[in-house]
Amino acid sequence: MTILTETKDGPLVLSPDQIEELGKALDELRAKTVADLGDRDREYLYSIIKAQRGFEVAGRGLMYLGFLPPVWLAAVAALSVSKILDNMEIGHNVMHGQYDWMREPGLNSRVFEWDTVCPADQWKHSHNYLHHTYTNIHNKDRDIGYSILRMDESQSWNVLRLGQPLYAFALMMLFEWGVMGHDLEVENVLSGKRKWSDVKRLLRGQLRKAGKQALKDYLVFPALTGPLFFSTLAGNVTANLVRNVWAYSIIFCGHFPTGVQTFTEEETADETRGEWYIRQMLGSANISGSRLFHIMSGNLSHQIEHHLFPDIPAARYPEIAPEVRALCEKYGLPYNTGPLGKQIGSVWWKICKLALPPSLVKSESSPGVIVMRQRKASEVGV
Amino acid sequence: MVDLINLVQTLTSPHPLDRYLELVRPTLTAREMRAEIVHVDRSVPGSVTLTLRPTRQWKGHAAGQYVQIGVVINGVRHARCYSPVGPAGRGRHLQLTVKAHPDGLVSQYLYRNAEPGMVVDLEPAAGVFRLPDPRPERVLLISGGSGITPVLSMLRTLADEDYPGDVVFLHYAKSPEVVPHRAELDAIAERHKNFRIELRHPWRADTTRVDPTAPWVDVAPAKTSGYFDYDELERVAPWFADAHTYVCGPQSLMAAVRKIFEAEQLDDRLHTEEFTLSLAPVDADEAFGTVRFSASGVAADNNGAPLLEQAESAGLTPEYGCRMGICFSCTAVRRTGCTRNLRTGETDSDPDQPIQLCINAPVGDVDIDI
Repeated sequence: MTILTETKDGPLVLSPDQIEELGKALDELRAKTVADLGDRDREYLYSIIKAQRGFEVAGRGLMYLGFLPPVWLAAVAALSVSKILDNMEIGHNVMHGQYDWMREPGLNSRVFEWDTVCPADQWKHSHNYLHHTYTNIHNKDRDIGYSILRMDESQSWNVLRLGQPLYAFALMMLFEWGVMGHDLEVENVLSGKRKWSDVKRLLRGQLRKAGKQALKDYLVFPALTGPLFFSTLAGNVTANLVRNVWAYSIIFCGHFPTGVQTFTEEETADETRGEWYIRQMLGSANISGSRLFHIMSGNLSHQIEHHLFPDIPAARYPEIAPEVRALCEKYGLPYNTGPLGKQIGSVWWKICKLALPPSLVKSESSPGVIVMRQRKASEVGV
Repeated sequence: MVDLINLVQTLTSPHPLDRYLELVRPTLTAREMRAEIVHVDRSVPGSVTLTLRPTRQWKGHAAGQYVQIGVVINGVRHARCYSPVGPAGRGRHLQLTVKAHPDGLVSQYLYRNAEPGMVVDLEPAAGVFRLPDPRPERVLLISGGSGITPVLSMLRTLADEDYPGDVVFLHYAKSPEVVPHRAELDAIAERHKNFRIELRHPWRADTTRVDPTAPWVDVAPAKTSGYFDYDELERVAPWFADAHTYVCGPQSLMAAVRKIFEAEQLDDRLHTEEFTLSLAPVDADEAFGTVRFSASGVAADNNGAPLLEQAESAGLTPEYGCRMGICFSCTAVRRTGCTRNLRTGETDSDPDQPIQLCINAPVGDVDIDI
């Protein structure tokens, strides 16, 4: 199987040998990193956990002085940072099994729960399994548009798509609830592809988890501040909103900016390990930024590295990135990265553009990369 | 107390309260038991004796039982079992003697690095190798090498209780210097005339009486084999048929004792504890042994395939996802046995560890909790 990619500079052909070579180079990079895991990674994770717990305690505590507007703002900021760290650099990464090697019972992917309404086990199914195995494959990766949005030209258009920017905005604001509902696969239930009994079990789990989350944020903590009940409630709602907007923005930058590739089931049948790696690289996009920015994004700003090695501690991605980038350059593959403004701008542009009927929008097959997979290069006329 | 913890955990949800408290101080935990090392004694070559102060959840141990402790080595938490050497009870302190095994990761680490202030995980005492209540009329304790720890706890417990019956403690060691807790043995031998303590050093052929000043019988026999046999048993405890016998030590010693007791049809009075080192086999490619899926009560011959496939061909339907080691859907706990990671080639045999079934194959007998 050969992968042919067309770049701005003309077509690019990777021979099966080259693909295998690239796969081996990435396997080696993986092995090298895994062999080096140790105290440093443990200490890093614990330092993030300490910071997160610190911000949380500070945020909850400052709410008691929430009648002073600057303090209220500081409380919301601290709580927002806490929730962002909890969900991204800790929760997302721990639940990927990135720290399972530490054999720390509380930080194992099997048991970890995060500070959001979506139960960990459901998220692990839709994200770790479906999204990471079938990354950007149409009809397999449910993260393409999250069954709400049209994020790729090959998804059909209908008149309801016109409201897409609004749906996207609503999804952004209610992101944690959207994530929670993701594993229900509502459209599959409606079309009869999914049994009600499956859904009932999921709903019970969601009710339990969301109930606990809502209880502490919207009832118990506000009540504990007595007369400041509504001030604290408003603060907690705001912190959850801030986290939602941030998480949505970072996550949408991972696979939707211009230049990111999608694939068909046909193209990706019987993939080799090397081809799997290439799909992960072409289907993901990075965000450039400072160290603090990477931490606050849970290193999902290194989405390409994350998709190559989802179970390697995310804090290692910045170290791995130059080597991945060098490999991309060596084989002529694109390495999609840019500052947050550029990436998120291109995501919203895509959301708006794909809301319109295809007849009104110029197809954007270039300058992006077209991936074709054929048995022989000659079959595609090269 | 527990209700209060649950109440507070409503506020710390989804994280358990201990995940906050441990950041303040590792021993400040509501639920999880830990222990702080308060004293370290390296006076005996090749072993280290740790005095631990457990957190308030500690319920004590019965003489002969073991505890599991967990330490972090290069970022990884490792757990091992050791028998407390102190007398039974709910003391404020707990004493463990750890022999530094040449290939022992944890024992070597503790031997080199343990220091006061270090905090380790601690699991409640467990194990059926223990003195019964009420005590038997006569007690014979036999140990070899590091197997001394559970029987020493029994000996010290009996001494503390001023046990009136006959007690013989027969211990085999490479040399007198490597016998830990000689001061305790000394004191017990001095104080309790009904306790007989005999140390054997069969590897030393030079002298018959090693330490003439010792209150116990400390010999390296020149004539006999020096190892355990029927004559030796008759000599030190002629009443052994009426006693309860507790043995802990290397395989050869255990086998020698078991053989005699079986021949005498006294198996029901013999209690043994094996300290087996589970080492990964050298050649991991040969498929042998049995794979047990203990939660479903299914067992099958190991055919060398990944555990997920073996579970499925045994008729089970474990949860799975990517089948390529990325999604962690199929992670399950390996109770016992050794598995090989098919991606890295590494073998691992620590008990009770979560592993990914799709990329791990069993090496010999394995027990998976699905």
